[in-house]
Amino acid sequence: MKFGVVVFPGSNCDTDVKYAIETVLKQPVDYLWHQEGDVAGYDCLVLPGGFSFGDYLRIGAIARFSPIMKSVEQFAGNGGLVIGICNGFQILLEAGLLPGAMKMNDSLQFRCQDAYLKIENNETAFTNKIMPGHILRVPVAHGEGNYYADESMVAELERNGQIVFRYSSSEGVVVPEANPNGSTANIAGVINKEGNVLGMMPHPERCAETLLGGEDGKLIFESIINWHQGGGKRG
Amino acid sequence: MAKLWQEMGLLASEYDKIVNIMGREPNYTELSMFSVMWSEHCSYKHSRPVLGTFPTTGPQVLQGPGENAGVVDIGDNQAVAFKIESHNHPSAIEPFQGAATGVGGIIRDVFTMGARPIALLNSLRFGSLDNDRVKYLFDGVVSGISWYGNCIGIPTVAGEVYFNDSYAGNPLVNAMCVGLLNHDDLKKGVASGVGNPVMAIGARTGRDGIHGATFASEELSDKSEEKRPSVQVGDPFMEKLLLEACLELIRSGAVIGMQDMGAAGLISSSCEMATRGGSGMIMDVAKVPRREEGMEPYEVLLSESQERMLVIPRKGKEQIVEEIFNKWGLEAAVIGHVTDDGMLTIMEGDKIAAQVPATALTEECPVYRPEAKEPEYLSRVNAFSAQDLPLPKDCSEVLLSLLASPSIASKEWVYRQYDYMVRTNTVIGPGSDAAILRVKGTNKGIAVTTDCNSLYCYLDPFTGGAIAVAEAARNLVCSGAKPLAVTDCLNFGNPEKPEIYWQFKEAVAGMSEACKRLSTPVVSGNVSFYNETNGGSVYPTPVVGMVGLVEDLDHRCSMDFKEEGHLIFLLGQTKPELGGSQYLSVIHGKDMGKTPSLDLETEAAVQGCCLEAIKQGIVVSAHDCAEGGLAVAAAESAISGAIGCSININTKMVPHELLFSESQSRIIITVAPENVEKLKTTANKFDVNFEQIGTVGGSTIEMTVSEELQISVSLETAASNWREAIACKLT
Repeated sequence: MKFGVVVFPGSNCDTDVKYAIETVLKQPVDYLWHQEGDVAGYDCLVLPGGFSFGDYLRIGAIARFSPIMKSVEQFAGNGGLVIGICNGFQILLEAGLLPGAMKMNDSLQFRCQDAYLKIENNETAFTNKIMPGHILRVPVAHGEGNYYADESMVAELERNGQIVFRYSSSEGVVVPEANPNGSTANIAGVINKEGNVLGMMPHPERCAETLLGGEDGKLIFESIINWHQGGGKRG
Repeated sequence: MAKLWQEMGLLASEYDKIVNIMGREPNYTELSMFSVMWSEHCSYKHSRPVLGTFPTTGPQVLQGPGENAGVVDIGDNQAVAFKIESHNHPSAIEPFQGAATGVGGIIRDVFTMGARPIALLNSLRFGSLDNDRVKYLFDGVVSGISWYGNCIGIPTVAGEVYFNDSYAGNPLVNAMCVGLLNHDDLKKGVASGVGNPVMAIGARTGRDGIHGATFASEELSDKSEEKRPSVQVGDPFMEKLLLEACLELIRSGAVIGMQDMGAAGLISSSCEMATRGGSGMIMDVAKVPRREEGMEPYEVLLSESQERMLVIPRKGKEQIVEEIFNKWGLEAAVIGHVTDDGMLTIMEGDKIAAQVPATALTEECPVYRPEAKEPEYLSRVNAFSAQDLPLPKDCSEVLLSLLASPSIASKEWVYRQYDYMVRTNTVIGPGSDAAILRVKGTNKGIAVTTDCNSLYCYLDPFTGGAIAVAEAARNLVCSGAKPLAVTDCLNFGNPEKPEIYWQFKEAVAGMSEACKRLSTPVVSGNVSFYNETNGGSVYPTPVVGMVGLVEDLDHRCSMDFKEEGHLIFLLGQTKPELGGSQYLSVIHGKDMGKTPSLDLETEAAVQGCCLEAIKQGIVVSAHDCAEGGLAVAAAESAISGAIGCSININTKMVPHELLFSESQSRIIITVAPENVEKLKTTANKFDVNFEQIGTVGGSTIEMTVSEELQISVSLETAASNWREAIACKLT
């Protein structure tokens, strides 16, 4: 299975994602410069974290016009797997590939800390290797991760199983104290209706090795690989 | 020209020397060039002779002081480049941008050496958090560091924050950067090869920061607010592009040397590069890309616009440079070429705007050896004895107060705003004795720390300086690293005052002695003088940044207690030394007494023993006894490990002395019961005092001294005092 990591000017988790995929999960992976137009031959595209275009104007608002985003949209439209992490999630929102919007953290400060994630849907292409009830510990690091959706949208997301992760206590209880940014309904990650585009604020690539304090993030990448090999429940 | 030199901060004797060197009166542009290059900030004219006494060599040193950063070998053809630098004055006026651009500047110093920056640290000092302006400065500085470091994607992994009234008007903001490189990629800030082009790269040049270096060489006063335009504005996104482009450029082999256009901008980078290369340069200011119309030549030369580099590529390789910079959307302009006449010739179109020998601006700057005199306050503060104070009624209360004092309390409020994990190398992050970064592709780690207890330096700058070095090394050892080398940031008041100069000389002498004994040479550094507000100086603050090597990451160590039943040992010896302690400062409001003594032989033995025991794999936690003494150190290990402890010591000392004395050369370690014999053997081999002082377990922190229970606090209470103190102060 071949991964492509999209690099925008200002991306800074691109090398981390590449390292996790290549060195930890032993899968082939290439960088894709934002001015490239061709994403043929890839099985999963990753939009990594960072500060694309310096977060100027509005986060993700410039990156979404990079030439490669047309190809990413087509790729996603054809059912290709796309995962946006942190700034990548923000870009997917700006590009309209995922529903909702992002606001500044309620604290008005950047937050770098571990977060516990309750898995609300472990049947997706990105979560199928996560055992039911397993609470993930994955770091967050962002100033603008306060996901917003209005009530009717949240209801729809819930109905469709599109809310994939919520911030929770280490026991998996979804409480306001466990929410690092004030996001609506503690939402940490959402998927599109078709189930092939995921956005998440936490950084799975930062916890794919015990040396760095945990391996929970590896489960996300293993799920993608498993899905590609035909594993997981479909349809 | 009369008095113009004076307005530019030069002395009459200095002006005479300039005329003498030039053989004529300098024109306005030339005089401006001299004024910034001969400012304290750029010339080190008051500190150079003293700095020459630092030990700077060792088998590990690949590049000592004098370059953009020092470089030390870590084996396998790899090396680390690192440097610390101050941005105190800008941060006092405009904390957010002042701190942010401090971070930006130090990053450039490291990547110009060909190193990939892998970690940031910062050492911060503020006044008391009860003061509203201090709160504003503290919040602004932390957000500025957070903004710049997070955006550029270099983790901020360690550092220190202290609060003391002496810093109320003049905070200290020292930023350190550490980079990783292969030996073959080492680049220097050298201009050589006649005819090689000189290129200005990165951001355009504007009018910001003109005379910033001169501003940094004055005391602060109520009028300093007027200098706000001397503070530059940072753009971490631009710097991220510049960083990637420069590293790509170095790998392309097209470049001979490069240097950041930092303090004193184009003029300092060009004359320093020419001096190092024994060459000259001719440059046309009209060719420098600008963001403003109608700039005078001196404005282009002195501008401190951020995120700019001066690069000397090989002749004929300009195209490669342009291609790389185009890819990253950056401008690269040829503005001149290297010559062999030793002159810095500045053109404006076809007209000569200035012509000065390059070395006149660098090496020929006058050097001063000001008078040094022991300050009068010393005999008074040193004479103070803690025995004159009433005994504490309740040591539990004392411990809780110390844990909640901002200098000791957890700095989580600060570091949770820093991305300390990006680049996925952070094995041990902020909050422990030292941070550890793994080196990908190896099983090695790089340990980093900054340290300085300025109260010790105020009471005794020699011993305080030595302790700063010893403690930094001890912190690295506690993480399982062998200390390699030092970068220093020497923050002092006005050196023209004999008392300040005495503090400076003493501190450097103390540091040098410790660096020699602990085999940690100084490879880079920075001096920041004139840290005074309306005549009052900050405490002498010689900050030590130190880098060490963890040879095998399987044998690393952290400060947190791990498991019920582990035995707690103290390496080293507690003496009745409450002078300069946080106990006196926080509980009694007295920054007085004698600084704890330091015996470098004992220090080396304790460190040697601890490191060897960690390498044997028998140490499960190690924590340096520092501010707040044994009681605070044990409490910090318990809180971090979320497990209690029971300490039991028999002594001739009075209990609070034993608990809160800040005797040096002490480390608290824990071991599993089955490894006690091994520890004994190792301690005996190093001839180190060691004593079992308690056990890990339970949910309280208990300390019994000479059969009497002195401290009993629940882990939860201790933790909330320690964790929430700073946030509480800010709301």
